[in-house]
Amino acid sequence: MRRILGISAFYHDSAAALLVDGRIVAASQEERFSRRKNDARFPKRAIAACLAEAGIGVGDIDAVVFHEKPILKFSRTLETFLALAPHGMKAFARTLPSWLGEKLDVRKAVASGLPGLRPDVAHLFTGHHEAHAASAFLPSPFERAAILTVDGVGEWATTVIARGDGARIEPLEELRFPHSLGLLYSAFTAYCGFRVNSGEYKLMGLAPYGEPVFADRIREHVIELRPDGSFRLDLSCFDFLADDYLTNDRFHRLFGGPPRTPEASLDQRHMDLARSIQSVTEEALFGLVRRAHERTGERNLCLAGGVALNCVANGRLLREGPFERLWIQPAAGDAGGALGAALAAWHATTERGGAGAPRSAIQPDAMSSALLGPAWSDEEAAAALQVHQARFERLDDATLLERTATALDSGKVVGWVQGRMEFGPRALGNRSILGDPRSPAMQSVMNLKVKFRESFRPFAPVVLAERAHEYFDLDAASPYMLLVAQVAESQQRPVNPTATGLARLKQLRSTLPAVTHVDGSARIQTVTADSNPRLHALLSAFESRTGCPVLINTSFNVRGEPVVASPDDAYRCFINSGIDILVVGNLWMERSEQPHTSLPGTFEALPD
Amino acid sequence: MIRLLQEFLRFLRQEKKWWLVPLVVILLLLGLAILFSSSSAVAPFLYPFL
Repeated sequence: MRRILGISAFYHDSAAALLVDGRIVAASQEERFSRRKNDARFPKRAIAACLAEAGIGVGDIDAVVFHEKPILKFSRTLETFLALAPHGMKAFARTLPSWLGEKLDVRKAVASGLPGLRPDVAHLFTGHHEAHAASAFLPSPFERAAILTVDGVGEWATTVIARGDGARIEPLEELRFPHSLGLLYSAFTAYCGFRVNSGEYKLMGLAPYGEPVFADRIREHVIELRPDGSFRLDLSCFDFLADDYLTNDRFHRLFGGPPRTPEASLDQRHMDLARSIQSVTEEALFGLVRRAHERTGERNLCLAGGVALNCVANGRLLREGPFERLWIQPAAGDAGGALGAALAAWHATTERGGAGAPRSAIQPDAMSSALLGPAWSDEEAAAALQVHQARFERLDDATLLERTATALDSGKVVGWVQGRMEFGPRALGNRSILGDPRSPAMQSVMNLKVKFRESFRPFAPVVLAERAHEYFDLDAASPYMLLVAQVAESQQRPVNPTATGLARLKQLRSTLPAVTHVDGSARIQTVTADSNPRLHALLSAFESRTGCPVLINTSFNVRGEPVVASPDDAYRCFINSGIDILVVGNLWMERSEQPHTSLPGTFEALPD
Repeated sequence: MIRLLQEFLRFLRQEKKWWLVPLVVILLLLGLAILFSSSSAVAPFLYPFL
């Protein structure tokens, strides 16, 4: 079993990952190719991209591993329905057709989605949290570690504590549906008017504008946090068992009104709710982490599951938690399940159908900086751009870096497409929009004119790893933008403490105003010359010119669009947004020289 | 499909969840009815019952 294809699909963020002889060769989310955000369909385009990267065909695949066990999950759906019947009949009738189709008979879905698969190919299934745990530990830099996976729900488990040792993962404890921290956070996400499974990070971004005035009410009426780290939801507040709506009238009465509609204004109550649920989530996570530490006695912790994308909580765990080191899977959500499933099969014992391969931890990790998607050469990019009669120049490396640094220094917004695409929800400098973080106007310009999104959302800084400590209170590397830390005191500026709500947004609070959140924090990405040489070189060029080794790094997309994948996607997004300069490989384009002012988009716009 | 049913039965036996059988049978019959009702030859016989 040399070539293993991992798949996650049919719920949200479908993805594929390919291992060849245990090495992670490629991994991508379907949404990047289908141009439908959070696409849940069978990831045939992502699979094609993975196979192309490895230079192999469908017939070369030895094993296909699905990231969860459909029969167990179906059984949970049936049991929940039976427990609630006749309540919930409508929701059950709505979900049933999809279950009787591809969701249950995954082998059939794989066979029809992958014509040419050999008849002797092994079809394997891991548990949902087994895949998350494998994605958290097996590519991590640790030989041994505690593992914590937390998300909405898999088959039954919503939270798992495990121990990783070598190639072995031993599950120790689990919490089961419906008691779920992920579903709780999603319930508040929906209640505040954001889309479930995608708007959670907006709720996290909104939290610093509020006060935790509802936290006691949440602890008292919604979730019971127990001394052993476990928790229980009060199900009388929720409807997710029986309906598509997550919250019910009791919940709405508790928190002062009906759910916010998506385009309604955000008021102080929503900000306070965001802060309150963030505070309770962190408390619950600390309970789980302490429990994981007690049970394992390990010094290192690996995290995955959608809740592990809560980088504010991650930053606190690193600073205050009992573990010395923390590693978080960059594709911590369900997309990462594809990778975890493939890795689990490679290292699982032969009795379980795996390849039984041993494991040695790789430094800094085995994820290749999460740059696991496809790349386009300059020639391929030029051909794609010529279709649009784009006007571009091809520059040598030194000129390109100098010119880009100069443009950034003069306040220009730059679309930056380089090398292999990122795997996971974050753009890490290969499909990014870059800007000058020193500019007080840049946050508003980039939010409203470039990305067409809400003004309250902060941008993330990308910083030369060797100078990160001068700007941020962060002792560890943060290559995947999954840790939030305070901007260093030396960089902070005094602000009027009486300002409240969104008025705080306009205050100049540091030397890097565009990336400093209203609580003085920042979601940091550190870059070394090894992790991303091209981005490191650009940061160095900007530093030489300005003295500042930090840039704004936000994903290359507009509201509702998946992050761009190809040069064609990038050019369309460049033309249709307010980006001033587009750099694809060594090709340089300026907005003012382009023959278009708009181009048809290729994505299906969804609320983000 | 046969393999899936075999696996489902194995799962019911292992987990001792035989009480799910009536529901699964009803769902299967419903599924078959939907399947056959889309085929014109059988549809006239099924429509009166649906």
